[in-house]
Amino acid sequence: MTNNVLDINNLTVSIGKTPNGPKIIDGISIQVRERETLCLVGESGSGKSVTSLTVMGLLQKGSLRPTGGSVKLVGEELLTATDRRLRQLRATQMAMIFQEPMTALNPVVPVGRQIDEVLRAHTDLDAKARRKRILEMMEQVRLPQVERIFASYPHRLSGGQRQRIMIAMALVLEPKLLIADEPTTALDVTTQKQILTLIRDLQRDHGTAVLFITHDMGVVAEIADRVAVMRQGRLVETGTLDNVLRNPTMEYTRNLLSSVPSLVPRPARPETKEPIVLEANDLGKVYRERTFFGQGREVVAADKVTLTLRKGRTLGIVGESGSGKSTVARCIVRLIDPTSGGVRLAGREISDLSRRLLQPHRQKIQIVFQDPYRSLNPRVSVGESIAEGPINYGVSRADALKRARELLELVGLPADAVSRYPHQFSGGQRQRIAIARALALDPDVLVADEAVSALDVSVQAQVLELLDEIQKRLGIAILFITHDLRVAAQICDEVVVMQHGRVVEQGPAAEVLTHPKEAYTKSLLDAAPGRGWDFANFRPVESAAATA
Amino acid sequence: MLGYLVRRILAAVPVMGVVALFVFLLLRLTPGDPAAILAGDNATPERLERIRASLGLNEPLIVQFITWINKLLHGDLGTSLISNLPVLKMIGQRVEPSISIALSTIILAVVVAVPLGVIAAWKHGTWIDRFVMGLSVLGFSVPVFVVGYVLIEIFAIDLRWVPVQGFKSITAGFGPFFERIILPTCALSFIYIALIARMTRAAMLDVLGEDYVRTARAKGIGEVAVMMRHALRNAAVPVITVIGTGFALLISGVVVTESVFNIPGIGRLTVDAVLARDYPVIQAMILLTSLIYVVVNLLIDLAYTLLDPRIRY
Repeated sequence: MTNNVLDINNLTVSIGKTPNGPKIIDGISIQVRERETLCLVGESGSGKSVTSLTVMGLLQKGSLRPTGGSVKLVGEELLTATDRRLRQLRATQMAMIFQEPMTALNPVVPVGRQIDEVLRAHTDLDAKARRKRILEMMEQVRLPQVERIFASYPHRLSGGQRQRIMIAMALVLEPKLLIADEPTTALDVTTQKQILTLIRDLQRDHGTAVLFITHDMGVVAEIADRVAVMRQGRLVETGTLDNVLRNPTMEYTRNLLSSVPSLVPRPARPETKEPIVLEANDLGKVYRERTFFGQGREVVAADKVTLTLRKGRTLGIVGESGSGKSTVARCIVRLIDPTSGGVRLAGREISDLSRRLLQPHRQKIQIVFQDPYRSLNPRVSVGESIAEGPINYGVSRADALKRARELLELVGLPADAVSRYPHQFSGGQRQRIAIARALALDPDVLVADEAVSALDVSVQAQVLELLDEIQKRLGIAILFITHDLRVAAQICDEVVVMQHGRVVEQGPAAEVLTHPKEAYTKSLLDAAPGRGWDFANFRPVESAAATA
Repeated sequence: MLGYLVRRILAAVPVMGVVALFVFLLLRLTPGDPAAILAGDNATPERLERIRASLGLNEPLIVQFITWINKLLHGDLGTSLISNLPVLKMIGQRVEPSISIALSTIILAVVVAVPLGVIAAWKHGTWIDRFVMGLSVLGFSVPVFVVGYVLIEIFAIDLRWVPVQGFKSITAGFGPFFERIILPTCALSFIYIALIARMTRAAMLDVLGEDYVRTARAKGIGEVAVMMRHALRNAAVPVITVIGTGFALLISGVVVTESVFNIPGIGRLTVDAVLARDYPVIQAMILLTSLIYVVVNLLIDLAYTLLDPRIRY
């Protein structure tokens, strides 16, 4: 191939300074051509980010280093290039955008100047010409009021706007290769859709080759021309989008695709007449910013939210960031105090109880958080973490630890894990521990606040299955907060769609997620990446509908 | 910004009020007769009565406080029991040496320590890093009087480049001022260099792991620009805090250095006053020190807003 922009051949990257260190990347070969988008897919730890950083020459010095193979950018070898040459190539020939637009921009420098830096480092343009070029580029990435944004600091911009700035910065010198490392993972679906379209359009206009790294099959289906699947530093499978999605040849790819939750809701469970365990009535939360003088600002985080949850059922709250779904969850668990409305837990009003009077009710409602890496105390053994709750409620230490062992088995971990510490477990295992901790108090209601969002799809599928099984066995009610409509479709009986702190639409999951009534719900569904594909059955949705 | 400044200055008033109340009560609430404490052990009854009258000790406490505050606001801090000089005047004589040394020490420390810290963080894990950290441990562990005497021995006695000790006001010319201030500055800055270099290195290491530093490198700009423009400014907030509090400590707390170099500064004045139980001077020193801390903290907070646009008050 002569028009290969990027040609990675048999690349190995090892840990440490010696060539014999453990290999993080083990002999992968990838080509990206002009005007082509290659999606590099894999779960966490598969080595996709290391691959991209190797190309850019941005590997952490001293800890990781390429030990074999070659990386060629338009025919020029990068692995042996000097630091100086690599600096020249960056931004001019190859550019990169990153996952977290919130942290990828320097918070203390106006964004215009951050783009300007690229031009100052690589061109001889004078200040006026540079400014003109930057404003043009900012318009190309469809930023509004470019003059104002030019002088703004990053914290004044939304996540989507920041990612547009990153794209403008990456493409301002029209590089041949754009590496996008999970550029939309931290964004809301509607913003994600806009950014994906933007990358596509710019690629078409500039003829850029795009190496797009993602773990999200939906995004792959939206943007890829070809797909390369990675696992544990090796290339599992490469092929055109259609080929990989329809006829994956490798077991791993098949499993990966099968784990992607379907947007089509699971068959509805029959209505039950079980007692209502949780009710929120006109729940509201207003954050007031107190200032030294004057009024202060008010932010309405939740407004008149009403929902009910029966024993043994799962209620999903879905919405984008800032919709107030987590605020509602936290008010219900009384981690924060609602400013209006009521919460009834097993028939008892708890929203106005004092901290002390609330204590006996706390055990009836327990919460599992998003990030299993931060929600467990790293210095406390797993058994102690699980037993702490029951001990607080008067269970003897020996009994509580015995129960902890049983619970670990219930969530699919060995009982002897009690004496180990959180860092000895993977993310999925930690989330199982967090679930066991919540179950230790025999709650009536389990609140899962984005509990599977930080997990890889295959692990996500397992944890969802676990929650389902626990619900069947214990008859627990689950309040499931998520931004991911696919996950909601697979676990919820009813869903509540939230936007700007209000409930937009609510009803049975099958109804809301297939025949949404409100424009906002429609737009959310419309923006869900890969909605045209039924990944688990290796076919587009249309043909699925046709055979059904 | 201006509004914030005004609010902060207004907010300092109650703080200083509480300090003043404390200082006032210090004398009144200590067991025994304040007049007797003020008069010292060998006072005659006449002298006691005179002091009592001058302090208004026969009035109710609240009236005494108001009278005292009123005097304070007019710059009357009382008279030293030992030297019989007005306290304000005594402090006035001592302020210049203390401020001069504090300023020069902080400037020297920042100029040396910040680059050291930046280089150590940049070359993290190499011999340069270890060397800088070694220096810093040395700076922490060697007592300031040892450094002081060694410097005097070498530069004043052996080489005879500078006078052994003393202080000359800057009004007497920069030369004499500078040659007397250089050694105490060097001696004192040792520990501050160690402290600030360590702080800078730690803050820089944090920042160097941030995504925006990776972004800066991905843009293909040089390492110096990455370090100075992107990393250092983000690392500056904790460093500024250390520099600020260090400065406040320097003004009032450098007794040993002042003694070694025979500098008539505020530190020695305080210690002498405490040893001699010269209450009016002690009271004034507490007020002054609190005021310095309030002002320095205000300056630190203002510096934050200049360094980080996200911080707005």
